[in-house]
Amino acid sequence: MSGAGLSIRGIGKSFFGVPVLTDVSLEIRPGRVLGLVGQNGAGKSTLMNIVGGNTAPDSGDMLLDDKAYGPANAREAERSGVAFIHQELNLFANLSIAENIFITAMPRGPAGLIDRNRLRRRATDLLREVDLDLSPDTLVEQLSPGERQLVEVSKALQLDARIVIFDEPTTSLTPRETSRLFALIDRLRSGGTAVVYISHILADIETLADDVAVLRDGKLVAAGPRPDFPASRMINLMLGRDIDQLYPPHRSAVRDEVLLEAEGLSLPGVVKGIDLSLRQGEILGLFGLMGSGRTELARLLFGLDRFHSGELVVQGERVTRMTPRRAIAARMAFITENRREEGLMMNVSIAENIALASLRALGNALGLLDKRAITASAATFASALQVRSGPIDTQPARSLSGGNQQKVVIAKWLMSGPSIFLLDEPTRGIDVAAKYEIYSIVKDLVAAGSGVIFISSEIEEVMAMADRILVMRQGEIASAFARERFSKASILRAAFGEKEAAA
Amino acid sequence: MSDTIPAPLLRRPRSSALPALLRRLLLDEYFVLYLTVAYFAVSAFFFPALLDPRNISNQLSNVWPLLAVAIGQTFVIIIAGIDLSLGATMGLASVAGAIVMTSAADKLLLGNSPVWGWLLSEQGGILADQPVAVAVGIAVILVTGGLVGLVNGVFIARFRLPPFMMTLVTLMLFSSAAIWITQSQNIVNLPDGFNRLGSGDLVSVYFGEKVTPEIKRRDILPFVTYPMLISLALAIAAHLLLSRTVFGRQVYAVGNNPKAAEISGVPVRRTIIMVFVIAGFCAAVAAILYSARLQGGRPTIGGGSALLDIIGATVIGGTSLAGGKGKIPWTFVGVLFFVLLSNTLNYMRLSAFHIDVVKGAIILAAALLDVLRVRLAAGDGR
Repeated sequence: MSGAGLSIRGIGKSFFGVPVLTDVSLEIRPGRVLGLVGQNGAGKSTLMNIVGGNTAPDSGDMLLDDKAYGPANAREAERSGVAFIHQELNLFANLSIAENIFITAMPRGPAGLIDRNRLRRRATDLLREVDLDLSPDTLVEQLSPGERQLVEVSKALQLDARIVIFDEPTTSLTPRETSRLFALIDRLRSGGTAVVYISHILADIETLADDVAVLRDGKLVAAGPRPDFPASRMINLMLGRDIDQLYPPHRSAVRDEVLLEAEGLSLPGVVKGIDLSLRQGEILGLFGLMGSGRTELARLLFGLDRFHSGELVVQGERVTRMTPRRAIAARMAFITENRREEGLMMNVSIAENIALASLRALGNALGLLDKRAITASAATFASALQVRSGPIDTQPARSLSGGNQQKVVIAKWLMSGPSIFLLDEPTRGIDVAAKYEIYSIVKDLVAAGSGVIFISSEIEEVMAMADRILVMRQGEIASAFARERFSKASILRAAFGEKEAAA
Repeated sequence: MSDTIPAPLLRRPRSSALPALLRRLLLDEYFVLYLTVAYFAVSAFFFPALLDPRNISNQLSNVWPLLAVAIGQTFVIIIAGIDLSLGATMGLASVAGAIVMTSAADKLLLGNSPVWGWLLSEQGGILADQPVAVAVGIAVILVTGGLVGLVNGVFIARFRLPPFMMTLVTLMLFSSAAIWITQSQNIVNLPDGFNRLGSGDLVSVYFGEKVTPEIKRRDILPFVTYPMLISLALAIAAHLLLSRTVFGRQVYAVGNNPKAAEISGVPVRRTIIMVFVIAGFCAAVAAILYSARLQGGRPTIGGGSALLDIIGATVIGGTSLAGGKGKIPWTFVGVLFFVLLSNTLNYMRLSAFHIDVVKGAIILAAALLDVLRVRLAAGDGR
């Protein structure tokens, strides 16, 4: 008798003959939140994909409320009451909220046609439950990431899910949206739902979880009630060794020479009147809430969008019309926030991904390429950044963990020999150890004289890394802080603006 | 598996469900080549006539023009596009070149043509009987093909029109234009120097006993021909362009992830335009081979089921419609398979309609195979 809930018993799974899960046993109990932590590649997602019916285990079995449970696909899992809310949300942007919620269970009328009234009514009820004050007819494409997250949750509620799995739900949420989501998870828990919460943000696990399970290298290394797992213990268990600190020590490398200067940069409706300058050896932090215009500003600087007015001076040269190719020629690099969509060719080998931004330089006068030389050159960058992978000329980028994918993106830019780096959320969705490696790489870059614009939504991260922080709000630079004036409260206040800070 | 769970609606292929050998075979990039060889062996057993040198020589002559145009389609499909207008391009280019070169035209048939009287008369085209006619005619065909590709490419890259839509429009536009210009007639009386390109045999073989002192012309079977040399040269050049040059890498990058390519400094729009120009150029080469073989400019050489053959051969070779994946050698194999298939279907005494039904089914099978391979590869990827 194992009690109600989900029992995972001795699950094992291998890919390419490499074990990713070995003999994992875990209890997921109703009315409790289980915080599942581990480094990228530790097997969290694979385990939850097995529970959610996306992958079948090679060995072991599961019991759901004491009955054998082995979903062949996600639909079966949903029918058994298991809802999986993915990190990349599975919503249809072109459909309304109501249609998304009931996509697999549209209420039908007598002729088999969709009963629009009932659809709207039931959707309205569900939206009220998740505290989302929107018309069910709103198209999902108009929603913020946080609102989309809540729509996903209503979908789970509609399924009457007994087990809800959240995979990194807060990475793209504002603090307010996050607290809303937490309140909702609280309510799910008191309603008797079992919740699995996967996150790299240990503070969130500490606030939310009743139980904690730590995975490392596909094995369950520890599980138990949350009070037994202070953050330091979780980190040590995840890494399998002790680490003293999350960030490398700060040492200013700022020199006098200005690399990049913007004056009055504006694009109506996006950003206005941006003044900034970046010096050699400087890490310029760019902080702001989602939608404050940080990414949009980076896109303007790199020439992906055209600024309407203002001036840009790169390496001493005035640029009136920037394009990505000019930016690269001016030795700029842009590591975007979205690795999958904008950074990598997922189905292509690591070596080719690394060579992509340097193709023209790699070709000879006739545009001919020497494949072997490219692979060799890519290999030096991959190993300098300690990309952990198989053969880089055959292994596709998609098979790497998030942290290693990010290193491939950085390697790609390093190969093009830049001195100005735009880093947009460079550590999003990657684990503690890989984060530390990325921070060290950034520190090495500035020590060598490069300038870095470091965009992040994690305030601790920006404060630990930056020499100077610019705070953006509604498309403008709201204030600037020199390192000696860094204070969490005042930076946050600047980001939210007076009104919200007062509330 | 449990019996409390209802039967699955959509079962994913499990890695363990397929024997290892079959998996390896399916994932092998030359799977279609093995299939072609196997199919040839089996068919030859049932239809020994397939092995007749005359048949082989004949089938090879069908391979070369199709290969030329399928190479163009391969470029387009690698950037996740499709070019429906390649057949129409062939028709228009063929007609344009023939009008320049022809040495005589029939007023009765072509008198109503919009070019009658200024580009075309009873004395033929403007370069009729001139020594440069062949060279200029070929240049006109190639430039016409390139220009059609340029129109496609510019609209698709600049105005972000879906390639399907844009090339459907140019398909309609240019195939009708070719028919209008020629009033549906063939432009004949082309210079011998041009016609020789369609058949000119360099290495020919006579099979059989030498019983008479003279061998009849039709008994000599050409194997190494101008079309073969031209198409193979085009194939080798295209293969090198794709696999060994900066431009080739950029083509794959655009097909794989245009956003990442743009951010990484790949000139995405220029690459798209270039790819369509190359496709138009390849169609023009095919137009030269067909027109020379038929000894006339024909507005309909790329009509009918030619489009099916061009797309079918490319996709069967393994070039993925999802973009980012494809190779010229694959397309070569696809073309061989397609020609072999038509050949055997003819021996089965099927009508043209039945043959298209079977070809359609084979393309479907190839598309399904692509999906299966992607899933198999992804299944052990994550």
